[in-house]
Amino acid sequence: MSTLRIEGLKASIGDKEILHGIDLVVPAGEVHAIMGPNGSGKSTLSYVLSGRDGYEVTGGIATYGDADLLAMDPEQRAAAGLFLAFQYPVELPGVGNANFLRVALNSIRRTRGEPELDAVQFLKLARAAMKSLSMPEDMLKRQVNVGFSGGEKKRNEVLQMAILKPTLAILDETDSGLDIDALKIVADGVNALRGPDFSALVITHYQRLLDYIVPDRVHVLAHGRIIRSGGPELALELEANGYAQIVAEAA
Amino acid sequence: MSALTGGSTAATSFLSRFAGLKTQLPGNLAEREAASVVFAHAGLPGRKLEAWKYTSLAPLADASFHEPLTLLAPCDDLLALVPPPALAMDCPRLIFRDGRFRADLSTAPGFFSSFADAPELAADPRPMVALNTMLTEDGAVLDLPEGMDGGTLLLVHLASDLHGQPTAAHPRHIIRLAKGARLELIEISVGSGSYLHNPVFQIALAPFATLTHVRLQSEAAVAYHLATLNVSADTGAFYDSFTFTAGARLSRAETSATIAGEAARVHLDAAQLLADHQHADITTILRHAAPHGASRQTVRNVLDGHARGVFQGRIEVARGAQKTDGYQMNQALLLSPDAEIDSKPELEIFADDVKCSHGATVGELDADQFFYLRARGVPADLARMMLVRAFLADSIDALANDDARAILDHVLTTRWGAAA
Ligand SMILES: Nc1ncnc2c1ncn2[C@@H]1O[C@H](COP(=O)(O)OP(=O)(O)OP(=O)(O)O)[C@@H](O)[C@H]1O
Ligand SMILES: [Mg+2]
Repeated sequence: MSTLRIEGLKASIGDKEILHGIDLVVPAGEVHAIMGPNGSGKSTLSYVLSGRDGYEVTGGIATYGDADLLAMDPEQRAAAGLFLAFQYPVELPGVGNANFLRVALNSIRRTRGEPELDAVQFLKLARAAMKSLSMPEDMLKRQVNVGFSGGEKKRNEVLQMAILKPTLAILDETDSGLDIDALKIVADGVNALRGPDFSALVITHYQRLLDYIVPDRVHVLAHGRIIRSGGPELALELEANGYAQIVAEAA
Repeated sequence: MSALTGGSTAATSFLSRFAGLKTQLPGNLAEREAASVVFAHAGLPGRKLEAWKYTSLAPLADASFHEPLTLLAPCDDLLALVPPPALAMDCPRLIFRDGRFRADLSTAPGFFSSFADAPELAADPRPMVALNTMLTEDGAVLDLPEGMDGGTLLLVHLASDLHGQPTAAHPRHIIRLAKGARLELIEISVGSGSYLHNPVFQIALAPFATLTHVRLQSEAAVAYHLATLNVSADTGAFYDSFTFTAGARLSRAETSATIAGEAARVHLDAAQLLADHQHADITTILRHAAPHGASRQTVRNVLDGHARGVFQGRIEVARGAQKTDGYQMNQALLLSPDAEIDSKPELEIFADDVKCSHGATVGELDADQFFYLRARGVPADLARMMLVRAFLADSIDALANDDARAILDHVLTTRWGAAA
């Protein structure tokens, strides 16, 4: 059971500092929501935690259990249990969805010293996951995210999560672009993983998602800092009043 | 440059080998003598020749090439270099070692005969063909009678150095498909050590014949491969070729194809997968000499390290070749800032009602795609390999022959030392 611990995290793109010192602790078993205005640094935080190139960490730490996340390659972080559902899932023309999922799963299993799944075992697992997410099976045969609608791409992210079974998930606006039924399906997908070993950071603009995935804590990220934290009721307050007042108070 | 020596150590070694060997070589000595004069005057082709502008043979000019003494040598080690899916194929196979047919290792189909038994040599002004004519000892002669479906045939060339000294092999393959005949030829070149493999193919397709020709060049890392293919396609015939370049320090595949009869089709597709200091050249000359012909050339290069890829594609459309449809595309994926691609399309069109297009793209590995794969746990090497496979997907998946696809996929995956 591992805790995500972020202290004084500062990160820049080029000369521009985007994260000005983030402090955040997500204990194992908890789901925390992050809300905040456009451009405040939410996706930047998710990319820095998952190890994307182009971000320079200029201060602070981020650990998951004993692991120093910032010192690891992205694939090592994935093997350590981290999963990022992308705000903008990437298209991979020429790569089949089934092959992609199987290579990802087996890569993680190999790194962990677990036996790999053969094609038959994998297909069984994938079919079950697709069924629980109400996804048509032919999506496995398609190229990754190519020609997928916005909502289908988001669902495909959740499918990957269901198959890779992370212990720490960061969902970056996975609810954006989803219809009402899909929103419930996605929430069910996340809730199915909840347990004492699973924690998540759910980035969203809409309180509605948090009706389905009830968070333990809600944080407001503005201008690269967490300016306010509270219980689920904070999301309702934001929904009613917007960010202006909170941001003004913090300034 | 001396007219007698060909001007380089390599050329001198070829000419003296010819002088010592000529009375033992099969066939018409006069043709060989004539070729030796052409080669002695020209020497190895140099960059002053427009056709060799981007490819210098300087690295091999200083080598002295030796006679391979491998008529009966065991070939197990070399056969182990052939991708396993090729050896697992359930079809006849022709194995050549250092330019000579090895009946003991082959299961030849009925339409095969050995070039050495009845050599046919013809004059050609190009130096590498003249060199081949001068010194060729053997090759595959495939004569398919009218209407025959020859199925799939595997042609393997094995080569090696001689106690650390470079050797040279100059096989001459002749493929003739009579009216309506069909053949799927999978040709693989492998080897070890330093050597020159200089094959010449003479391919003639009678009306409505179809030859599928998949070529895997997977020569040793320090070897040279310089192939020349001459193709003619008569009415309604189809030459469907795909060259996959993976090996050799320096290589070139020069195809000269003529659409000689109405509505014939020629595909000269290729992919080159190069790293380190590899240099590989795809050169094509496509002559549309009859109306309603169609030609396709999609050449994809994946270049890592200091590798250099060359594509020279020339399309000539004769005055009478109306309704010609020509398409040429060269795409490069540069995996390193030191890699380089040279692309030279040339169109020479004398007919007024034709459709000819060409294009070129150069790109790098997509950083977002690379990160997406790694964020899902895929190690960097494997992620790179998957994106390279994806870049080549349209080329490889377009191959109708399942075995050919399996062979090329095997080469792709083993190249990165990781299994998908
Ligand atoms: N490559 C880049 N170069 C320069 N600035 C960048 C780059 N990428 C992001 N930024 C800036 O960093 C800031 C934070 O962006 P980020 O994507 O993290 O915001 P966000 O909170 O996720 O916003 P949204 O709610 O709109 O998704 C923005 O001002 C953005 O313009
Ligand atoms: Mg964002």
